[in-house]
Amino acid sequence: MNHKSKKELLEAFASIKTEAEKRFKKIKGDSNQNIFIGMATCGLASGAIEVKRAFEEALTEQKINARIISVGCLGHCYAEPLVIIDKPGFPPILYHNVTPGKANLLVKAFLRDDDPVFEHVLGAMEENELVPTVMEFPRFNQEKRVVMAKCGLIDPEDIYQYIAQGGYSGLAKALTVDPEQIIFEVLESGLRGRGGAGFLTGKKWQFVEDAEEKGKVVICNADEGDPGAYMDRAILESNPHQVIEGIAICAYAVGAKRAIVYVRAEYPLAVKIVQKAIEQAKELGLLGKGILETQFDLDVTVFQGSGAFVCGEETALIQSIQGQRGMPQPRPPYPAQTGLWGKPTVINNVKTLASIPPIVEKGGKWLKEIGTKKSPGTAIFSVVGNIVHAGLVEIPMGVTLRSLVFDICGGIPNQKKFKAVQIGGPSGGCLPEQFLDTPIDFDSLTEAGAMMGSGGMVVMDENACMIDVARYFLDFTQHESCGKCTFCRIGTKHLLDTLDRITKGEGRDGDIELLEDLSIDIKEGSLCGLGKTAPNPVLTTIEYFRDEYEAHIQEKRCPAMMCRALTAYYIDLDKCARGCDACVGSCPTESIFTTRDRKKAIDQTLCVKCGECMTACPSEYDAVRKVSPPELAPKIERPEEG
Amino acid sequence: MVTLIVDNQEIETQEGSNLLQACLDNGIYIPNLCYLSGIEDPPGSCRLCFVEIEGYDQPRTSCRVRVQQGMVVKTNTEHVRRLQKTAFELLLSTHHVDCRNCPANKKCELQRIAKFLHFGLKLKRLEPLERDIEVEHEHPFLEYIPTRCVLCGKCVFVCRKRNGQPMLSFAKRGFDTVISFFGEKDKALDVCKECYACAEICPVGALLVKDSPNIPNP
Repeated sequence: MNHKSKKELLEAFASIKTEAEKRFKKIKGDSNQNIFIGMATCGLASGAIEVKRAFEEALTEQKINARIISVGCLGHCYAEPLVIIDKPGFPPILYHNVTPGKANLLVKAFLRDDDPVFEHVLGAMEENELVPTVMEFPRFNQEKRVVMAKCGLIDPEDIYQYIAQGGYSGLAKALTVDPEQIIFEVLESGLRGRGGAGFLTGKKWQFVEDAEEKGKVVICNADEGDPGAYMDRAILESNPHQVIEGIAICAYAVGAKRAIVYVRAEYPLAVKIVQKAIEQAKELGLLGKGILETQFDLDVTVFQGSGAFVCGEETALIQSIQGQRGMPQPRPPYPAQTGLWGKPTVINNVKTLASIPPIVEKGGKWLKEIGTKKSPGTAIFSVVGNIVHAGLVEIPMGVTLRSLVFDICGGIPNQKKFKAVQIGGPSGGCLPEQFLDTPIDFDSLTEAGAMMGSGGMVVMDENACMIDVARYFLDFTQHESCGKCTFCRIGTKHLLDTLDRITKGEGRDGDIELLEDLSIDIKEGSLCGLGKTAPNPVLTTIEYFRDEYEAHIQEKRCPAMMCRALTAYYIDLDKCARGCDACVGSCPTESIFTTRDRKKAIDQTLCVKCGECMTACPSEYDAVRKVSPPELAPKIERPEEG
Repeated sequence: MVTLIVDNQEIETQEGSNLLQACLDNGIYIPNLCYLSGIEDPPGSCRLCFVEIEGYDQPRTSCRVRVQQGMVVKTNTEHVRRLQKTAFELLLSTHHVDCRNCPANKKCELQRIAKFLHFGLKLKRLEPLERDIEVEHEHPFLEYIPTRCVLCGKCVFVCRKRNGQPMLSFAKRGFDTVISFFGEKDKALDVCKECYACAEICPVGALLVKDSPNIPNP
């Protein structure tokens, strides 16, 4: 790039940035009151729309002038709906679990009467002398936000807010240097693909850059499908421009003029927000023809996937865009050589691309200072299941599982014990307590038998039956298998059927060995990553919870008492209160009868083991017991009629 | 020409050819179901044509390997056989074995592979998996018997080759995957008449021309 155009470029960007800052000042101006409401899918599901309406009504009613700004997701799903109120004279204050009633209260008490209502405050977003800050909580201060730094703090539908906060300056900087230099920085950073496999991003780009063929394509893979994982959705809904900026930098680096964001259609809000973001970027000349007055053109479009899990696999994703059935193709050739329409193609995950702008801005070495030597940077997990502070967590690589589960996410609720954590979704593995001190990075997790995956993490307490957990994930992969290759299509079905039999008490000697042998062959024989990793939940649960398998098969006993066929409820006659009828009405199958001495008992032939009676029994009696194997329940005859 | 060593035997083959084709051309049989001679981009879906190649840890599907000068290949190692037998056993567990009443009897690829692998047609380790799908009678000229089908995809390939847009394709997912012609009866009347390429290529008698004597009663 010659000197003149470099100057023009920087001037063009500077004028956009000035405009953005001007607009941002107007919002943030000293005399303005702002109410930021988290309106990503997670917020909406917890009632953010109603909260927003309540704020609007209360503001009108009180004749208070305040701006309501819809922002994305802060990652603190356990506390949704979240609202930040920024009022002059006060620090910005974060309120949690806001209801329409609380919204009304906040308008009257805080905005009108200057009382911040401390009992509903989660914390202040800035240092101050009045309110403790959120940074005093481990859930905030032990995180390291690179990808999600702006999520939940800016309006995703307003490109100027992103630019005012430093957005698109990475792209502007990138365009002033040679593509090779960008690839060098990305290589230098050691960034590894966040989609699961952990391939070096810079290397992937290098392959595509080296290819001589024209018509190169960049694809952003947002076909997130792991059960319980929603990092990509949250990022696209909260800060789409960081992803688009990453795409643009990547396209410039590899020499692509076309990019596609592959989002699943089940993410309607993400689709809408990304489409709007692309339009806004085009209007400002940050996408489209002659980006920032340079010769670089980039056309970005959104492609909506129809929700097949397997389309997250890169070759199946390409088939899907080409209008064919989403079936993976054998690799090699890799998409970097022969990708979409046969052209060299970069396919990167949302989080990978969102990591690019800060790398370009701060240099590759900067990322290396975060995380571990072999896995630099941060990892984003959606931590769900039996966990106190569920939600999205961005941590430096290398933090231990223990620290993530117990310190950052607050541990297991209801005084239950930790049992296992399933990392990497259906392709990952179940790790038990002895792995709690494993550092979270690509290699350590793989070594332990799980995998980084795209970032799904399901925490399970002592009530989880590990065979049932394996069965659940196999059920998922079996239904999501594309049906192309023998091992995945039929092999996972045999695994599923065998696990199903075991949970029903029909396990046989040799089942564990069959599961192991089949799993190994499926891993080795399958065509694509889905089949190659599908047996992981089976293998890890057998390895770490073999005693549970043996209890199911040999004793017909479910140690966690989760498998219905292997459990029974009965009523402890010593505890049951004479004349109490609490359980009777709760039973959907009328299996509870009155004994001769006017206590209650369960007819095991009618009981469907729903557990309603256990909930209904008043805690002062606490008479309902659950046992496994079911034979342990004492047999009580129903007295004859009359 | 390229020279390679397969099972200690030196063979010559065309440059750019795939390993499976090279072996088959030289009289070295490797079990396969989904491979068609001359196919440009083999689907690699049946997972039977595994071989071990020097320099690689894991067996690889030979249909997807391009031959290289001096390549050293073994087609009959224990590891290869284990994977082949498991793949075959899996296919067998969904295949309704009734050879006597099957028109493919004696020319069936499954019989050939069973014989080659010394693997009986009776299941020992696995239980048969019932597929809850019915025979498709809708097509004007063809019958599809899903309980025989091994989903090799040869029918889809030949149909596409002959008719451009194939009349047949894969449908549904996972274990429920079947071949379907998506109820295109009117189009089938025109396109499929006297073609039958799919029925001819089917290695296991899962696609049959209607009114042929060997169609099982529903």
